[in-house]
Amino acid sequence: MQPFTTLTAIAVPMHEANIDTNQLCPTRFNKVPRGPRYREILFYDARHRPDGTLTEFALNAAPYDQSGIIVADRNFGCGSSRESAVYALYEFGIRCVIAPSFGDIFAANCAKNGLLALALPEAECAAIRRQLQDQPGAKLSVDLAAQTVTDLEGKTHRFDIHEVRKRCLLQGLDEIDRTKQYAAKIEGFEAGYYRERAWLGLH
Amino acid sequence: MTARTMFDKIWDAHVMAEEEGEILLYVDRALIHEGSSHAFAALKKRKQKVARPQQVFAFTDHYVPTTSREKGIAGIAVDEIRNMVIGQHENTKLHGIRLFGFDDPAQGILHIVPPEQGITQPGMLICGADSHTSTHGAFGSIAFGIGASDMTHVMATQATWQRKPKTLRITVEGELGFGVAPKDIILAVIAKIGAEGGVGHTLEYAGSTFRRMSMEGRMTVCNMSIEAGARCGMIAPDDTTFAYMDGRPWAPKKGAEWDAAMALWQSLPSDAGAKFDREVTLDAAQIEPMVTWGVNPEMAGPVGGAVPDPKSAPDERRRSDWAMALDYMGLKAGMPLQDIAIDRVFIGSCTNSRIEDIRAAAAVAKHGKALVPAWVVPGSKTVKRQAEAEGLDKILTAAGFEWREPGCSLCTAINGDQLKPGERCASTSNRNFRNRQGPGGRTHLVSPAMAAAAAIKGRFTDVREIIK
Repeated sequence: MQPFTTLTAIAVPMHEANIDTNQLCPTRFNKVPRGPRYREILFYDARHRPDGTLTEFALNAAPYDQSGIIVADRNFGCGSSRESAVYALYEFGIRCVIAPSFGDIFAANCAKNGLLALALPEAECAAIRRQLQDQPGAKLSVDLAAQTVTDLEGKTHRFDIHEVRKRCLLQGLDEIDRTKQYAAKIEGFEAGYYRERAWLGLH
Repeated sequence: MTARTMFDKIWDAHVMAEEEGEILLYVDRALIHEGSSHAFAALKKRKQKVARPQQVFAFTDHYVPTTSREKGIAGIAVDEIRNMVIGQHENTKLHGIRLFGFDDPAQGILHIVPPEQGITQPGMLICGADSHTSTHGAFGSIAFGIGASDMTHVMATQATWQRKPKTLRITVEGELGFGVAPKDIILAVIAKIGAEGGVGHTLEYAGSTFRRMSMEGRMTVCNMSIEAGARCGMIAPDDTTFAYMDGRPWAPKKGAEWDAAMALWQSLPSDAGAKFDREVTLDAAQIEPMVTWGVNPEMAGPVGGAVPDPKSAPDERRRSDWAMALDYMGLKAGMPLQDIAIDRVFIGSCTNSRIEDIRAAAAVAKHGKALVPAWVVPGSKTVKRQAEAEGLDKILTAAGFEWREPGCSLCTAINGDQLKPGERCASTSNRNFRNRQGPGGRTHLVSPAMAAAAAIKGRFTDVREIIK
């Protein structure tokens, strides 16, 4: 996994709440193997007319076609567990989403793919979105080690993140390798577990 | 000893290790579908075997066609879709995973088949490659959806790293009103707590309303926990649960096995006095047949009501959300819900495609003829056989409904079953998101009885006026 340390990038404001994973990656594209095609898939139905031509959607034109950050409203990434929503963000170049809250499964999927889903209070997200609205194409800075976002007025916003998630992102740690260190512990657990659950007939 | 919630008891029984508040949990069952191709690709890339293949179960449901299945897999017209089904066959064979595949007599949706087979059991921790895995909590298990990376991890280790969520108990007391279905209860719950009301929480549904409910109804309720933002929703196992488990292929056999299982299962319900982080209560008597009018499941109201006016929204955020929703849905503020004409009806999905759902639809359908294309898609071949044995398919087809083969179909619109732009559908599925049932499609979520009523009237109607 690509580590996430610091990021200074164009940030696109999205004012709508409850942007679901179906919007990020419409269902019919879930079967696409992971790769560059997902750049076009992100927000496909909002970015394309039925005849395939591009709409006025912000990500379709400069400066936001170079966005690295989305600043959104509540419950971003709700709905389906599809990880293709994260592949689409990633391939587009988005490495960080800032919102007051996230769908739980989406937030977990982000962390497994080197993408930072960063929660700030609703009022702070709204204030940053207003700044971005006034200065299209301006850049925000995110520092994961320091747990700060620096807005367009130079003000820093501190965010919380779980220590383990932070460490995994900073170092790009592979979770399966990490768990394999517990192999003996898992086998020991299973021995006791199936003694009490003999009807499962597994061990 | 301190009183514990059911969630705590099951969670504690699965804890293997901890790193600064991240918990390594043992996974009893992993449930996957054709879309788990991403997870298999990741396993292949790292030359990783599935650690416990006998604890992984695969289902052909998302991509499978719901008509013209006679020619088998080769008969699937679209290459990309056929390849997803073939890929799943190959991957599950390679790793020795039990597949309820295209030709299996028990084929069906991954949230319908495991309960039917006794694969889902009380006290288990179940991870599924689909957000509606919360369904399985109806048996008193911790069951939640995960993404492809987490599923890769589960298949490689039979374990998952999670942080403990908070608990929210939703208590509903009283008898369901005439014509009111479990679907209406969960839509009313979501309307009350909001589409993000359960984020970071696990839900426990408690109270006499759920105690009286069948397993089918409980599954409908738990299924939509994720639509309130909660990954997991659960109901305590009781005699209804145990009677359902009895005799199912993967369930413990009567005798010493059964007795041992029962001893565990009966210990699961939350202790009296167990503390929940939040509590919400509803009165069943106040709940009426519901219809969603917007683009997320909290935008719902009783069928006797009207499309709300964004100007009367309680706050600025909802004012703009409602206005956007009405624009997408092509609705006017203040119009009665019963004046909304529909183009299509879909009865199916992991929310509402069980035998009771088919029965409820047939009981309404026999009062008229479908005025719009109306599909009934059973959740599994087992449900389909049962419905046909009861003659329900005959009632439905006589009323002009189309009786199809099992799968996810028009709920997720991934197999080619989809709405045309602007088409309006009365649907028993779980998500009314924009474009969910096809680009430009407009979805209204309802119960199976309400969907059948809409079919024979061509618009939303109070089902209680039909079945009286």
